[in-house]
Amino acid sequence: MAIDTETVKRIAFLSRLKIENDKIQATEDEFNKILDWVEQLKEVNTDNVEPLISVNENCLSLRVDEVTEGNQSEAVLANAPMKEYGYFAVPKVVE
Amino acid sequence: MKDSIMTELTKLTICEAKNGLKNKDFTAVELTEAYVKKMDECRKLNAFVCEAPEQALERARVSQEKINKGEAGELEGIPLGIKDLFCTKGMATTACSNILKNFVPPYESTVTGKLLDAGANFLGKLNLDEFAMGGSNETSAFGPVVNPWSKDVPLVSGGSSGGSAAAVAADMCAGATGTDTGGSIRQPSAYCGVTGIKPTYGRCSRYGIIAFASSLDQAGPIAKDVRDCAIMLKTMAGYDKRDATSAQVEVPDFEKFLGQDIKCMKIGIPKEYRVDGLNSEVAAYWDKAAEMLKARGAEIVDVSLPHTQYALATYYIIAPAEASSNLARYDGLRFGNRVDGQHLDDMYINSRTAGFGKEVKRRIMMGTYVLSAGYYDAYYVKAQKVRRLIREDFLKAFEKCDLILTPTAPTPAFPIGDKSMQENPLTMWLNDIFTVSVSLAGLPAMSLPIGLSQSGLPLGMQLVGKAFDEASIFKAASALEKDVNFRSVK
Amino acid sequence: MSGMIINGKTGDWEVICGLEIHCQIISKSKMFSGGSTHYGSDANENVSFVDAGMPGMLPTLNEQCVRQAIKTGLGLNAKINKYSEFARKNYFYADLPQGYQISQFKYPIVGEGSVSIDLADGTTKEIGIERLHIEQDAGKSIHDISPTKSFIDLNRAGVGLMEIVTKPDFRSPEEAGAFLRKLRSIVRYLGTCDGNMDEGSMRCDVNVSVRKVGEDGYRTRNEMKNVNSVKFVMQAIENEARRHVETYENGGTIEQETRQFDPSTGTSRVMRKKEFAHDYRYFPEPDLLPLVLSDELLAEVKADMVELPDAKKARFVKDLGLTDYDAMVLCENRETAEWFEKAAKGHDAKKVANWMMGDFFAMLNEKKIGLEESPITPENLGKLVDLITSNVINGKTAKDVFVLMAETGDAPDKIVEEKGLKQVTDTGAIEAVIDTVLANNPDNVAAYKAGKVALMGWFVGQVMKESKGKANPAMVNQLLAKKLA
Repeated sequence: MAIDTETVKRIAFLSRLKIENDKIQATEDEFNKILDWVEQLKEVNTDNVEPLISVNENCLSLRVDEVTEGNQSEAVLANAPMKEYGYFAVPKVVE
Repeated sequence: MKDSIMTELTKLTICEAKNGLKNKDFTAVELTEAYVKKMDECRKLNAFVCEAPEQALERARVSQEKINKGEAGELEGIPLGIKDLFCTKGMATTACSNILKNFVPPYESTVTGKLLDAGANFLGKLNLDEFAMGGSNETSAFGPVVNPWSKDVPLVSGGSSGGSAAAVAADMCAGATGTDTGGSIRQPSAYCGVTGIKPTYGRCSRYGIIAFASSLDQAGPIAKDVRDCAIMLKTMAGYDKRDATSAQVEVPDFEKFLGQDIKCMKIGIPKEYRVDGLNSEVAAYWDKAAEMLKARGAEIVDVSLPHTQYALATYYIIAPAEASSNLARYDGLRFGNRVDGQHLDDMYINSRTAGFGKEVKRRIMMGTYVLSAGYYDAYYVKAQKVRRLIREDFLKAFEKCDLILTPTAPTPAFPIGDKSMQENPLTMWLNDIFTVSVSLAGLPAMSLPIGLSQSGLPLGMQLVGKAFDEASIFKAASALEKDVNFRSVK
Repeated sequence: MSGMIINGKTGDWEVICGLEIHCQIISKSKMFSGGSTHYGSDANENVSFVDAGMPGMLPTLNEQCVRQAIKTGLGLNAKINKYSEFARKNYFYADLPQGYQISQFKYPIVGEGSVSIDLADGTTKEIGIERLHIEQDAGKSIHDISPTKSFIDLNRAGVGLMEIVTKPDFRSPEEAGAFLRKLRSIVRYLGTCDGNMDEGSMRCDVNVSVRKVGEDGYRTRNEMKNVNSVKFVMQAIENEARRHVETYENGGTIEQETRQFDPSTGTSRVMRKKEFAHDYRYFPEPDLLPLVLSDELLAEVKADMVELPDAKKARFVKDLGLTDYDAMVLCENRETAEWFEKAAKGHDAKKVANWMMGDFFAMLNEKKIGLEESPITPENLGKLVDLITSNVINGKTAKDVFVLMAETGDAPDKIVEEKGLKQVTDTGAIEAVIDTVLANNPDNVAAYKAGKVALMGWFVGQVMKESKGKANPAMVNQLLAKKLA
């Protein structure tokens, strides 16, 4: 499954990354090289094999419904690049 | 205190340092001072990305008081280095990425919290490949770590826990924490001639460790010898209700397995690991290690891990997929580096483009692609299925043996900036060939030094155990360590 | 037949609609963290490091959210899946701290079910439930404080949600409205969601398409996001359906898109075209293991189930003799139904129902208060009905007593006693009053006897007035008739 320039651009946007125009071709080539290599998995017969999601064979344990954290907005906001009135601030979001 | 004695102090293992502190041969402050001096001397190795000498000395004073009062913890006063992927409360934690350069966590990771509770003393944070993505520590935003074994040309430390392995090798800390996703503890340990263990997935809590690939990431110690690994792992391991994937399994006192008889233990040698182009020295040491174990009464058996050749491709689908999602939170909004933009999406794109390095971007995009509509089944689901087959290979092999012995890496450390590695990511990724299958299977594995190459560089052997059977690894590793006597070689 | 038919130029069209409803789960802490779910706190006060998506933070699942989802699933007569999985839904948005929402995708906790709705014509209809899954809520973006910036409050981030997806079974706005009211009633009965659409604790996405009557299969549908009242949902369906018909009949096509309903105009506009649809890249959440429900947990939740509106309604009709309509009104919310049951216990249930739906609800309305603030207790309303059925007071006096009860909160028997309102049933005493009235009105007596029988009512009124309303009206009638004969 070779990918094209449009796909590279779409994947970059989905990843919220910018690829300079002069780098798109190189990225595309590199991607295709990696994907060619990954193609080898097709050789493996995986009929009737369940996907492995976790090597941990236990099932999920549940937490008791208790409030254990809060009233720490200062700590939550401490690393924020921009904050105002106790909120995180970002450029205006236009719907 | 004389310089010579101080140098001697940094050579001590954790076990030896503990005894020295207990017997009042030296104080915790003296021990820390010796390491601080060593860190200073070895700064050119670039192992530490954040040094905290004042804090460490202050804590050493507190530790000494505890020792005096007979209230010493398991690791009281022991100076450690912490991979900069573990969140440390009030101490900058960067994952060696520009996107997190000024991040100071308001919380402590479970593993480092346990070490602190045991009295350990943190000297600072250690270099790694950016977000642990890399096998040479060259992707770090702080630049590569120099392998202390370098001779004429600077060699890589290996990665991603390159700072950890180099710092331990150079006696800049008594022991270090590492994390391993596809070989990130074992491979740098091999390159730097130190001992490191990736325990079974779920053994150590992942809470507070910056995530790379959640289903693979696992913390473990890198130390000067097998015993120190046992001491550190006992403190680091244990169920944590804050990590849903941590295992509710009892943590044994790993130290007690050291030196235990390995007679009748079955050691499996997987034929598929004798890959084309395997370094002949590595192959020779592999045989030698098997012989050593055999001489102690272990039985060597051939085993087969038929899906080995597919492990790398499987790994390079699953790990980037999880990473692409795990790294979505670095958007410049709540923490980390922000590069403004007119609209929200511009801010995201600018911040992430400026903040992430090349390898991280490559993996994010790979991961995004394999999860995207139309490709998910062909790549991601397929890889998960092959992952199951790889795991089943090991389960079958372990019906015939107790441990599996393999080399840790196909070659010794290579020069920093090596052209063939830089030009083709696939060449670099091949360094993980002996370690990734074990990670995909979630099994415990240790790398310990086996000897030097002809060029005088350390090589490592890997012992792989059954899930939660680190005990057998410690038994066999301590035997092998004794026979190899690597510390005298060094 | 409750379906809505749109008579177009080219023929008759029917409306096809399905709903996706997000219900905020009632729990103390968030679904994956120990942050509080409290509504109305200061900005970012209820945010844990997990909710803020801080590096290295991991989710842990709140048991209460699981219980609430199972309970709701049982309330929707749905299959509870003992095995379910969490998945990440990946997209970037300012109020989505992790860059993904933890949701369920391939394996939801609740499977197919059905809910019966009551329609205005007295019929009922079964609406199919496709699934219910649990997921975390996002934070809130605030756009109106600054002209150039948006502010982010993460207090809501991580609160548990149940997403309920119906089958495309609605054929009219009325049916969708009835379903939403029914669903709200069910979740409120169960205490799993407070059902307040105006506060956003219940939010509705509406999927609409149309097709020619008799046509098979479905045409392209449009989704309208976050319609926040039952009325608007009904309006949105009707207007969207008409827009589709108009478009088709003018030779146009409907393209799959996401739209935003504007309640001020009753119309919708495009939010997102299909080509810009998100690629959510769902994959199993590697930070959480599969959720496997134990038999113990299921049994506990089952034991904890309350009687649901349909069952309660049926019981009220069968055991208490209420009409379908009365039972439906009284069962719409659990508090009303329970209040009624308390009031009716040991008394004439039908009369209690009449009083409740008449004077009692009117009183609450007038005072603008809720059931829980009523000055009249259910026990006292029951007693009042008893006083009537046992002829201690008559109906007219009862109305006066009710007013006093509402004013003072006193028990009716106490009021009757203190005010001396007891009905007079002593024949002698009534006869004495009748005699006085007859003696004082000889002209009317004569007129009555001459054939003007309509005066009977006037005599009754005079006697009642003279007895200050306490005489038993039936006895007055009977005795007057005898005296005037």
